[in-house]
Amino acid sequence: MQIFDIFLLEAVLNGVLLGGILALLALGLNLIFGVIDVVWICYAELIMIGMYAIYYLHVAYGWPLWLAFPCAIVLVSMLGVLLHQLVIKPVLAAEPINQLLVTGGVLFLLQGVATLAFGVEFKNLGVSLPSLALGDLQFSSARLVAFVAALGCMIAMYLFLTRTYLGTAIRAISQDRAIMPLMGVNPSRIFLITSALGGGLAGLAACLLVLQYDIHPAIGLSFGPITFLVCVLGGLGNMIGGFIAAFIFAQFISVGGFFLHLEWGYVIAFLFFIGFMFWRPRGLLGSKS
Amino acid sequence: MRPLPLIGLAALAVVPFTGIGNYPLHLIIMCLLWAYVYTSWAVMGRLGMTSFGHGAFLGIGAYVSVMAWNQFGLSPWISTPIALVLTALVALMIGYPCFRLKIVGHYFALVTLALSEIARMIIVALRDQTGGSLGATPKTALADTSWSLVALQFSSKVTWYYIILLVWLAGLWIWTRVDRSMARLALEAISHEEDAAASIGIGVTRLKLGVTLISALMTCIGGVLYAQYQQYVNPETVSGIGVSLQMVFGAIAGGMFVRLGPTVGAAFTLLLAEGLRLAFGHDIHGLDTTIYGLLLVLFIVFLPKGILGEAIELRGRRNRSQEKPAAA
Repeated sequence: MQIFDIFLLEAVLNGVLLGGILALLALGLNLIFGVIDVVWICYAELIMIGMYAIYYLHVAYGWPLWLAFPCAIVLVSMLGVLLHQLVIKPVLAAEPINQLLVTGGVLFLLQGVATLAFGVEFKNLGVSLPSLALGDLQFSSARLVAFVAALGCMIAMYLFLTRTYLGTAIRAISQDRAIMPLMGVNPSRIFLITSALGGGLAGLAACLLVLQYDIHPAIGLSFGPITFLVCVLGGLGNMIGGFIAAFIFAQFISVGGFFLHLEWGYVIAFLFFIGFMFWRPRGLLGSKS
Repeated sequence: MRPLPLIGLAALAVVPFTGIGNYPLHLIIMCLLWAYVYTSWAVMGRLGMTSFGHGAFLGIGAYVSVMAWNQFGLSPWISTPIALVLTALVALMIGYPCFRLKIVGHYFALVTLALSEIARMIIVALRDQTGGSLGATPKTALADTSWSLVALQFSSKVTWYYIILLVWLAGLWIWTRVDRSMARLALEAISHEEDAAASIGIGVTRLKLGVTLISALMTCIGGVLYAQYQQYVNPETVSGIGVSLQMVFGAIAGGMFVRLGPTVGAAFTLLLAEGLRLAFGHDIHGLDTTIYGLLLVLFIVFLPKGILGEAIELRGRRNRSQEKPAAA
């Protein structure tokens, strides 16, 4: 009997790669929550719109991918700003649950618009990256690219937040929302920049996901809920916690899915999440209030 | 009782005898059924416990009753108590730690969201028994009879109309009982300032659990009735994030702080969906979801108290402004 099952190792490796993507998804959501104190329930739907943008630019208009990707990132980033100005801003003073629900309304809206405009058929970019072999291990290079890009982006984000004036202002406002205006920082400007950044991260995620998955209007539902759970597990608004939680979650899905069915991987991950919340209700690295 | 509710009740009681067709009657039945489910949600939702997990309770009711009948030939009369026990266990399992550890607001919403997704995933994962994403149909007991009390299957829509009407009224009665209880005042205090409420001797965890149990059990019964009336269940329509959000929105659109608010919300959303379908047919996919989403955003931004809640408030304001000159 082999102790180190080669397929198990493969599942673990795939879990690590999946963790990279989840970490990127969680980063955008955490950034927005940390600064604006709003959870974008429709975050995954923004990614879906980005994926469609890439699909149409590349397949219908024949743009090369290196041009389509930045365009999609800019587009989703602008969507993020629009979302903030039109939907979030009017309810900023309302009860937190209303803010959660209003973005839930945007979830349906974006899903409906995507169905209207693009139809319910599954669409595929038609670009398939080769699968890599490392000894007996097989894994897809699309996942590896996504992992590396996600990691790179997170390091860039970290440097931005810690080394620049703007980044410092963003971190400061997430620590104390009331005092920052007194320090000469304009919160609404910071909110706009954060929304643009969060949208941009969603756009980047769209670039990486479009290489791996078929596009359809409901695709947001297949990774949206996981992203929220990763964020809560890590402590809402805590970017490092979200990063760690993403890899824990991905392992549960990947290895659990390896031993049982894929859905059971999710079930186990979700059950672990609920159990974990009872141990640390504020999340992995959440602040104790 | 004031005359208006009595007239309303009498009107509802004679609806099937007005000779309306099967389709309008079906619409009214669905409307009352969802009204009941939204009311169940509002029992706890209005008290600051915004659950995104009621899809799990609806799913338990629907699937336990259908699976027990198909796999073991157990009548819904026997399987419904089983589903209720299961629902109570799940509600306690989630509720107790949440309330003990003061998981509120965003965290409560997202933890319960995980619950409804787990329910959906389990139903899909057990595809050999449940039929997975394709859904399941209870075996018919109406092969050579028009109704079966044991199987809770009736071919006549009129029978269903009265069953659902009674259940809806019972739901409103429970809502009112909770509304008039001391517990409601205590829970409102809790939803505003939990620590302060606890400091004046309110048993936060016990009260919250009680209301959660009532709400979850009511929703579970809604699931049983949905499955028996529709004779078809699908993991997407009875569990998961979609239907959970639908419940929250239905209650909020109508106004979750007034008794008939969730009912107005159910009527509004259902008529909207049917109206769009009649106007545009099935050809334009996604139009209904688009308008639905758009309206929800507009509602929460401009009418956070819901249709009925806002209407009642408007009337109250008008009455006051009419009284003032008289008093002066």
